[in-house]
Amino acid sequence: MNYRIGIDVGGTNTDAVILDEGNAVIAKCKEATTKDVSSGIKNAVERVLADSGIAPEAVTDAMLGTTHATNAIVERKGLSKVGLIRVSAPSGYGIPPYADWPDDIVAVLGGSYVIVKGGYEYNGVPITGTDEKEITEALMKLKGEGIEALAVSGAFSPVNSDQEILVQKKAAEIFGPDFPVTLSNEIGSIGLLERENAAILNAAIRKLAEAAYGSFQNVLKDHGINADLFITQNDGTLMSIEYAKQYPVLTIASGPTNSLRGAAYLSGLKDAIVIDVGGTTTDVGVLSGGFPRESSAAAELGGVRTNFRMPDLLAIGLGGGSIVSLDKEPPRVGPESVGYRIHGEALVFGGKTTTATDIAVAAGMASLGDTAKISGIDGKKALAAAEVMKTMVEEIIDKMKTVSGEMPVVAVGGGSILLPNKLAGASQVMKPDHFEVANAIGAAISQISGSIDGVFDVAGRGRDAVVQEVKELAKAEAVKAGADERTVEIVELDEIPLAYLPSNAVRFRVKAVGDLAR
Amino acid sequence: MRKLTAEDIEYIAMGAAILGAGGGGDPYIGKLMAQQAIKEHGDVELLSAEELPDEALIIPSAMMGAPAVMVEKLPNGGEPAAAFQSLERYLGKKASAVLPIEAGGINSCIPIYTAATLRLPLVDADGMGRAFPELPMVTFSVAGIPASPMMVCDEKGNKLLLETVDNPWSETLARTATVAMGLSSMISLYCMNGAQLKKYAIKGTISLAKEIGRRIIESSKSNVSPIESIIEATKGYRLFEGKITDVRRDLTSGFIRGKVVIEGTGADKGSAFAMDFQNENLVGYRDGTPVAITPDLITVIDAEKGFPITTEGLRYGQRAVVIGMPCDPFWRTEAGLKQVGPRYFKYDLDYVPIENLASGAAK
Repeated sequence: MNYRIGIDVGGTNTDAVILDEGNAVIAKCKEATTKDVSSGIKNAVERVLADSGIAPEAVTDAMLGTTHATNAIVERKGLSKVGLIRVSAPSGYGIPPYADWPDDIVAVLGGSYVIVKGGYEYNGVPITGTDEKEITEALMKLKGEGIEALAVSGAFSPVNSDQEILVQKKAAEIFGPDFPVTLSNEIGSIGLLERENAAILNAAIRKLAEAAYGSFQNVLKDHGINADLFITQNDGTLMSIEYAKQYPVLTIASGPTNSLRGAAYLSGLKDAIVIDVGGTTTDVGVLSGGFPRESSAAAELGGVRTNFRMPDLLAIGLGGGSIVSLDKEPPRVGPESVGYRIHGEALVFGGKTTTATDIAVAAGMASLGDTAKISGIDGKKALAAAEVMKTMVEEIIDKMKTVSGEMPVVAVGGGSILLPNKLAGASQVMKPDHFEVANAIGAAISQISGSIDGVFDVAGRGRDAVVQEVKELAKAEAVKAGADERTVEIVELDEIPLAYLPSNAVRFRVKAVGDLAR
Repeated sequence: MRKLTAEDIEYIAMGAAILGAGGGGDPYIGKLMAQQAIKEHGDVELLSAEELPDEALIIPSAMMGAPAVMVEKLPNGGEPAAAFQSLERYLGKKASAVLPIEAGGINSCIPIYTAATLRLPLVDADGMGRAFPELPMVTFSVAGIPASPMMVCDEKGNKLLLETVDNPWSETLARTATVAMGLSSMISLYCMNGAQLKKYAIKGTISLAKEIGRRIIESSKSNVSPIESIIEATKGYRLFEGKITDVRRDLTSGFIRGKVVIEGTGADKGSAFAMDFQNENLVGYRDGTPVAITPDLITVIDAEKGFPITTEGLRYGQRAVVIGMPCDPFWRTEAGLKQVGPRYFKYDLDYVPIENLASGAAK
């Protein structure tokens, strides 16, 4: 029997699970997240291995979900000095790189860049050719400025990546083969500035990510686990650890994504609303075809605009530790919370603060802690407070729903005991087993994806032929990334006609996903 | 004398998205260009039409093509000035100011960029008072001012001078050239004198965009809904509030046609709102009855953030407030309606001003 281990590093807890080949949960645990991240991972791995009783050698795959590297961007800590080559001239001078960035992060990264000849039209035809000598000179200039990592962007590089690859080759000649180079076409979709921004940020965290993922590798090695290692990315699919070291920026928002994916697996539902109730907040997301529905808004990372598509989440200030004021009419719940101090502060745990958890117990929705401690709570008031909590959740369900009728609701997270078994707008409220480690399970069951984003002319060959082509291209990308060809399917196909032109140019964004090849 | 600062551009871009009536392209790229140019060359002087002499030469500046391409193939930056100055040379006269032709969408900001780089004043006016999809849909065209001589310039340095027999030909040839140039270009056209400007331009639209944008951004800072404030600034009407329950789009000859359905919430609970769009929002129906008709402006606003949603950005589940705003009186004339009224967009519907349709509705 082969096993896989899934680990999710959250702000408060580091969760780990071990799943067997049939994805059944063999062992699970929650440990406190540590400042250095790796000790928390070490503690979780040790405990889950011990609980499972399996031999470390039997673990063949290990999946880690962590946003450690991207947190560095927000905190402006441990970032490398970056140089950028933008391949776009004569286009592109109109808006130079870093145009819309906060000054403090530009100061940390150095803000070095050169715009060189090149770039493509929407259909992959070069705007002008490239000049190798010019590229070499640009790289020499950046070298002189003392950059520690290089980012490369190019006009319509998602349609044709040749020129970015050319710069990468030249960079290897000048900086040496091990110098970190980030190509924008590997990261983002259409939208040069946002993709370029993401490439620059990625370059800035490469060194840091290499160290962080390296320590994860060491923790597993130290425990005799000789598994294939993967890092979960933003869209709920996996990157090999080697790829993740090159493109760590792709891990942003992988936390909520893992939680949603775990909920999909635990509930067996592909289309549902997922409510993740934590200690302070409740995050509500939507599963569509087994994957998180993505937000349409441009995602900002540390004040820098990128075009990553984040899970569409709505958060409200309701959690297990939310402070309840029963003397108000109607009772007030949150947004203040005792947070992680719930085990000392909630009434049922011997504390002095009336929390949402106490209300859930008093209203008969859950039984935990010392029920004698809540005997002072008036029954009617407890029910009224429970009603307030229910209404808060029902309102957010209504906002997130994608159909006018009812949808199933999956409740996960430690605080989901707050939810009643019936909610308006919900066809059912599922509280699956192992709900408290849904995020680690989401990491463990992640699949492999490939995607295509480009503008295609549908006039000549007809729309159907082009759709077929882009689907095949996306599938090939997934297989290249390590997916099992037999399981690859298209999970997303966006077709966006370009406005204001009679040329039948259509932007396609396609994603294919498959199981990890064995 | 009024000056436009980099901060003002932030407001104008936001307000222009409201005046875009769902179309006109995301002003983001234009905004960055304009802000960049102001940083480099200084603030832009904003003049009212009345401040310009009758004999002054006024040249408009705009982008043509797909805003979705311009986010990838960013402009060189030299195109708008190339188009503008080529017309000056052709006409043998220096222009006194740059004129916006479209106050809605990305074209609100391109002329600010042009004005900053050429160190010329910008006229606080335009030819639409909103966004429209075609070149002849400007007051100047309806008034008989020829679009040509017209310049179409690309980032490579190609410059095309058009002299055409009429304005629809300018549209056809310029659009064909724009496709060949890689789906986006910068243009200058509808050269006019100060007297024509005063007579036919829709005035104060850049200030209006700035005022709307300022109200939205200030509201969002203090976490209050900007809707009432936008309505006040535009003399508009709150048409509907609800959740988008259906969006359908199809591509018809380069234009995105579609329909959105909104199910009422709050005061509108129990009612449904349907709206047709073709790049811009065209006709809004409340429970089957038209409540706003092109050329009056219809804009969908995100109920939570208070930001406008373009027709490309509409999607299922969004909480939205629909507002309607009266168009400039020029568009309500027989000649104006012939160019931009409901029948031009193939609706078997007579135009009725929003004030009449919304009578009884809360202003």
